[in-house]
Order: sequence, then structure tokens, then C-alpha cells
Amino acid sequence: MKNGKAAFTLPGVLADVPTHYCPGCQHGVAQRLVAECLDELALSEKAICIGSIGCSVFIYNYLKVDCVEAPHGRAPAVATGVKRARPEAAVFTYQGDGDLASIGMAETMHCANRGERVTIIFVNNTVYGMTGGQMAPTTMVGQRTTTCPGGRCADNEGEPIKMTEIIASLGGTAYAARVAVDSVKNVRAAKKAVRKAFEAPQNNLGLGFVEILATCPTNWKMTPVQANKRIAEELIPYFPLGTYKDLMWEQTAEGTEVEG
Amino acid sequence: MSTPGERVLIKGNEAICRGAVDAGCQCFFGYPITPQNDIPEYMSKVMPNLGRVFVQAESEVAAANMLLGAAACGVRAMTSSSSPGISLKQEAISYMGGTELPAVIVNISRGGPGLGDIGPSQGDYYQAVKGGGHGDYRQLVLAPGTVQEAYDLIGKAFDLAFTYRNPVMLLGDAIIGQMMEPVTLGNPKDTGNKSPDLGWNLTGKGQRDPRLLKSLHLTDGALAGHNLHLRDKYASMEKDVLFENFLVDDAELIVVAFGSIGRIAKSTIRKLRASGKKVGLHRPITLFPFPSRELDKLAAVGKRFLTIEHNLGQMVDDVRLAVRKHADSDFYGHMPGNLPTPEDFEQPILAALGVNS
Repeated sequence: MKNGKAAFTLPGVLADVPTHYCPGCQHGVAQRLVAECLDELALSEKAICIGSIGCSVFIYNYLKVDCVEAPHGRAPAVATGVKRARPEAAVFTYQGDGDLASIGMAETMHCANRGERVTIIFVNNTVYGMTGGQMAPTTMVGQRTTTCPGGRCADNEGEPIKMTEIIASLGGTAYAARVAVDSVKNVRAAKKAVRKAFEAPQNNLGLGFVEILATCPTNWKMTPVQANKRIAEELIPYFPLGTYKDLMWEQTAEGTEVEG
Repeated sequence: MSTPGERVLIKGNEAICRGAVDAGCQCFFGYPITPQNDIPEYMSKVMPNLGRVFVQAESEVAAANMLLGAAACGVRAMTSSSSPGISLKQEAISYMGGTELPAVIVNISRGGPGLGDIGPSQGDYYQAVKGGGHGDYRQLVLAPGTVQEAYDLIGKAFDLAFTYRNPVMLLGDAIIGQMMEPVTLGNPKDTGNKSPDLGWNLTGKGQRDPRLLKSLHLTDGALAGHNLHLRDKYASMEKDVLFENFLVDDAELIVVAFGSIGRIAKSTIRKLRASGKKVGLHRPITLFPFPSRELDKLAAVGKRFLTIEHNLGQMVDDVRLAVRKHADSDFYGHMPGNLPTPEDFEQPILAALGVNS
């Protein structure tokens, strides 16, 4: 409390329970941003969350919204079924990089291409976290994981996939941005992006997509401070932050009035 | 939607569509594969006109997961495919089994394994009845023997799915899917309210507590409890067992056959009866729950059995388990790739009767 005013309050949709995440993990930050946006946009009563696989799956323990669990990678297909069955709902998925960019690549791209009016929150920490630190499609070249112990080699395993660029290129995408949560400044920008990723489908413009670069200190074998430094020095230069597509902005620029 | 009592000449695949539409199916998610393409084609025309949902998914995997999403919302939803496509749907079917979601899956099965052929086969019996996906789950399986039954059973499939909150498979084959027969249509269900609160389904929480539909049970003992609950639920499905007995009372030998093969065997039995042979037919209509009790009863009064299938022998395992206290079952398998005629079954039946022809 500062001057009798609360500096930090719990969003109503965020459950008041300790999370299971490792120290320094930024799922907590990402999920808080989702919670704040659901509250601010008054979406929690009509929200349906699609839980996915890996550390992301436990989002349903921390957000007080209706939720269904999807098989690995299939959250965008499940979201499609939910949204088509219940068009009035605010439907969103919360997925990690192994889930979204590897096994679920087809579901992710086709969901975006169809322009499903859903939001995809994509937490990219360049590693399979819950399964013990194996290589992900976003693992950096040279990064050591339990399945590329000598470091990812572009000749063998390809280069890290840039999902936001791919999703932004698809016709049904209304909003696509990449953000990071390694600094206060970046967290503030991330909040705006998450909000827009929810607004775009609510405004019936198409799919909203936000990629959040986040840490996994446990599997990176780093301290939280070192992990944040890695995001700034190694990840952001390869995965540039920014808005890659924004139909809301384009419509506003053309003088069309939109909400939010 | 149909006019009640209307009589139409339609293909099995169309009967399934009309039955689903009349049963209030709100969402259809499909992907093309022969010999069930008439189903997504029909649904793509009819569903949007009724203000309902049709999506051609990017794969069978995606279609089954779209089904999972719609089922979680508590709406009547369906997907259809054929054998190799059903293999791809198994992941979601296992999840729907574990999450207890009501969904209808149509398999107009074809020859296999692998790409096989596009002709009829009953090679998917194990997959349908024993669980083609991972983990300890069951799905109800309904096997129509006529086009009329295909129409009637798809409506029943939706009812059973919601009674038990469980996936239900309609298992047909290329014969059922592709042949035309006259069908009497029934009473269309008004399921206009797409947002009923069933007490478990996802509607957006509104003012109530949030709901969670999942199959992950990590807490100590939670999965064991869930599996025991599922066991009890599967056992309770026994009361919905369906079968047809044809001329079994005085029969010495009972042929057990399902689906289109049951129907062909019926023709053989009619012919053999005309020459005084004491043969009858037992045709399971629900393959899970299996009519074990009825077969046991027939075995207890001294009947002998011959199981005829369009495969190497799969249902015969369930027949043997059912009759094991009193009898055994012979087996005749007609290989996929060849469409059997009633004459094809004469020699195997006579041999099982112990008659040298």
C-alpha cells in the first residue's frame, strides 16, 4: 500500500491460489496479462478457455472461466468446434511452442486461415518445459536441450520457426504480434497486444494471435535474471518484437470506427 | 428436415444425414474419404440452410477435435469418416471417452489394413469395439443392417450419447453407405435452443462457478476413481443392448453376424429353411454393449453357433466369450475385396450343421 492506495490488486478472474510453476517462469506473468484483459474487456462471463498440453495446461487452475482440455496441438481445432457451437462465447487457447508450432502446426495455421473468431495466446520459451527440456521447433540454433545435447544444428533440425510471421501471412488473421515479458516496458507492451488479440475476434475481424517470448529458467539451466537477459540478448534479435498484422489499426487508419 | 411418415428411396449415407438432421444435429465436422463422401457433401448443402454448422476440416484429426469442442458445449454434433480416417480420429475419441463428452462418430468402413480398398469390410470391429484409441474406455457402437436402420440408429446414437455422456459410433460399411432402399422418415426433433444448460457443459460461466472438462487426473487416486466410475457407467449400458433374433427358437445352429453381413446371412438362412435346415440368425445391433446375455441364454438351451464376418475373425471372440459356459462358435470369414452373396454362406453353414452337401 502506498498512500493508502492499492498498488497491486488481483484481477477478479484470476484464482487466488499459488501456482505450480518453477521460480522465474513467466507463465504466471502471461496468465496474469490474460486475466487482466478478460477483466478489462468484461469477457470472463462469456469466455471459454481451451487448455492445451505441457505447463500451459494448468491455466484452468488459475483462471476462473469455463474450460476444456484439448489433446496436444489440437487446441485451435477444439476452439473452432467451441466457437462454431457457441458463437456468442469469447473463445481462446493458451498454448506452448511444442504444442502450437510442432504437433499442432496444421491446426494452428488452418484455424488462422479460416479466420476463426478466436484468440490464440502462444507462450514461446524455446523448449518443451513439462516433459523435461527437449528440443522445440523454436529452440535456437546452438541451444542445448536433452534431445539436441550438442546444440540445435540448422542442418539437422532446421531453423527456429517464426510463428507470428507465418500467422500474419494468412488471410483469416486479424491481429498478430510478438511480445516479450522480460522487462517492465515489454510487459506493458505485451498487455496491449494481448488485449488486441482478444478484441480482434470480438470485433468479428478474424483470428487474434499473440506470441509471448518467455523464460524457462529450469530447462535453460539459468537463474531468472540470466534467463531474462537471454530473452533480450538472444531471442529478441532472432524473434523481432512488434505488430505483424492489425486489421483494427488498418480500419481505424482508413477512418472506420472500431471499438476498443 | 423430414415430413414425418414420408417414404423416400435413398442411399445409406443420405439416410444417416437425414437421420442426423432430424435428430437435431447442430454441428457437423468432416473430411472427404471414400466411401462416405456423400455424408459431408450432403451436410455441406443442408446444414447451412438450416442455420446449422458445417465445417470441412483440414484433416480427420482436426474434424474429431472440432467435434470434441462442440460436444463440450453440449450441442448435438457429429463427424463421419471411413477406416483410415477413423484411425486418425482415435486420439480425440479417447479424450472424449476420458472427458465424458457426448459425440456421434460415423464409420462407413472400407477394406484394410492400411489404404486397403474402398469396398466393404468388417475389419474395423476390434477398433470400434475394443477401443482404437489409448486408455481404458469404451464407446457405444451401433451397427445398422438396412438403410432404414441407418436412419433410425443415428437418432438413437445422439440420444445414447447424451444419456451416457459418451462417444457413440455408428459402424456401417460400403454396402450400407452406398445401397439405396426405401426409408420411412420419422419425427424431426426441435433442438433450436443451442444453449441449454445441462449442468456440465460449457456455456461461458456467467454468474455461476466456472466448469472444467478434462481427462487429466494427477492427484493421488483421482484417476483410479474416475476409471471405476467409467466402469460402472459402461456396465449400466447393458440395458440398451439391441439385437435381432430370426428363426432361433427351433434352430440347431445359430449364425451370428452383424451389419450388412447379418442381412446377407438372413437371405441364406431363408433359403436353407426352405429345404428344412434348422438354422437361425442372431444379429447384434449394439456391438458395445454386446448382446452377451442373450447369446448365453441361447447357448444354455443347447444351440450351436457359427459366426460369419467380413474379416479374419474379430466379433467371434466376443461370441465365444458370451457362450463359453455351454458352447463354442465356429467361424467363417469372407475376405474383404469380395462382396459376399447369400450363396457364399451356404457351404459354411451346412458344414457347421454337419451336413455334407
